[in-house]
Amino acid sequence: VPVSVICFPRQNYPLYIRSIPTENELKFHYTVHTSLDVVDEKISAMGKALVDQRELYLGLLYPTEDYKVYGYVTNSKVKFVMVVDSSNTALRDNEIRSMFRKLHNSYTDIMCNPFYNPGDRIHSRAFDNMVNSMMMQVC
Amino acid sequence: MADEALFLLLHNEMVAGLYRAAEQGEGENGRCTTKLESMGFRVGQGLIERFTKDTARFKDELDIMKFICKDFWTTVFKKQIDNLRTNHQGIYVLQDNKFRLLTQMSAGKQYLEHAPKYLAFTCGLIRGGLLNLGIKSIVTAEVSSMPACK
Repeated sequence: VPVSVICFPRQNYPLYIRSIPTENELKFHYTVHTSLDVVDEKISAMGKALVDQRELYLGLLYPTEDYKVYGYVTNSKVKFVMVVDSSNTALRDNEIRSMFRKLHNSYTDIMCNPFYNPGDRIHSRAFDNMVNSMMMQVC
Repeated sequence: MADEALFLLLHNEMVAGLYRAAEQGEGENGRCTTKLESMGFRVGQGLIERFTKDTARFKDELDIMKFICKDFWTTVFKKQIDNLRTNHQGIYVLQDNKFRLLTQMSAGKQYLEHAPKYLAFTCGLIRGGLLNLGIKSIVTAEVSSMPACK
């Protein structure tokens, strides 16, 4: 099951990229990059309602491929984007939300690490382990 | 109760330690304030990340400033900002009439010129927090009468 997790800070360059299977990774990079536009659009359309932090289901970006792209934005404008295979119908909304919460929690832990400079790529093993276990759960 | 004292004591030691090191080494006094401020900056970034983890999205700048005045200040200093003023063109004045880091010193004019050293860390704290929330800012502090400060 192809799954991919990418996180971007405010300046929109990738801080962390992880996908399985590892071939075809470029396809995920491209998809996620284009989904950033949709994310920005949603953030700026804030005038109507005070939506909460998370956004769901940015929609099928490529009609030919069948996977879903989910987005999540924190208050510090860090965006997490997750790509999952559409054939995996067992994955419900709540599970996606809990996965994003776990990502957010791990990201906060990394921020508080004094050896981490904000804006660097994330090399933390704890973060890797958390993402790995999440992906294993999905597959 | 004890955890408030921890931070106050650590902060005072930090300021004293930095200035002592500066005297023994090269005599660059201006750098101490910068060092303190940059320490506060990095701490502010991490703190904001933790605090805003569960709050709803901020609508605009004023919302962010209110968050800083209420929740952020309460968590760090156990009280809220007493007064927030703005000219709606990007300048905000936060006034704290009993700033916790200064209450331990005398309430008169005696240590007025040393007060800015103790404010540098907090300025950095605010600047780091604001930057993480998307606002580039310059934070300055002034003390006219202890223990109040703006």
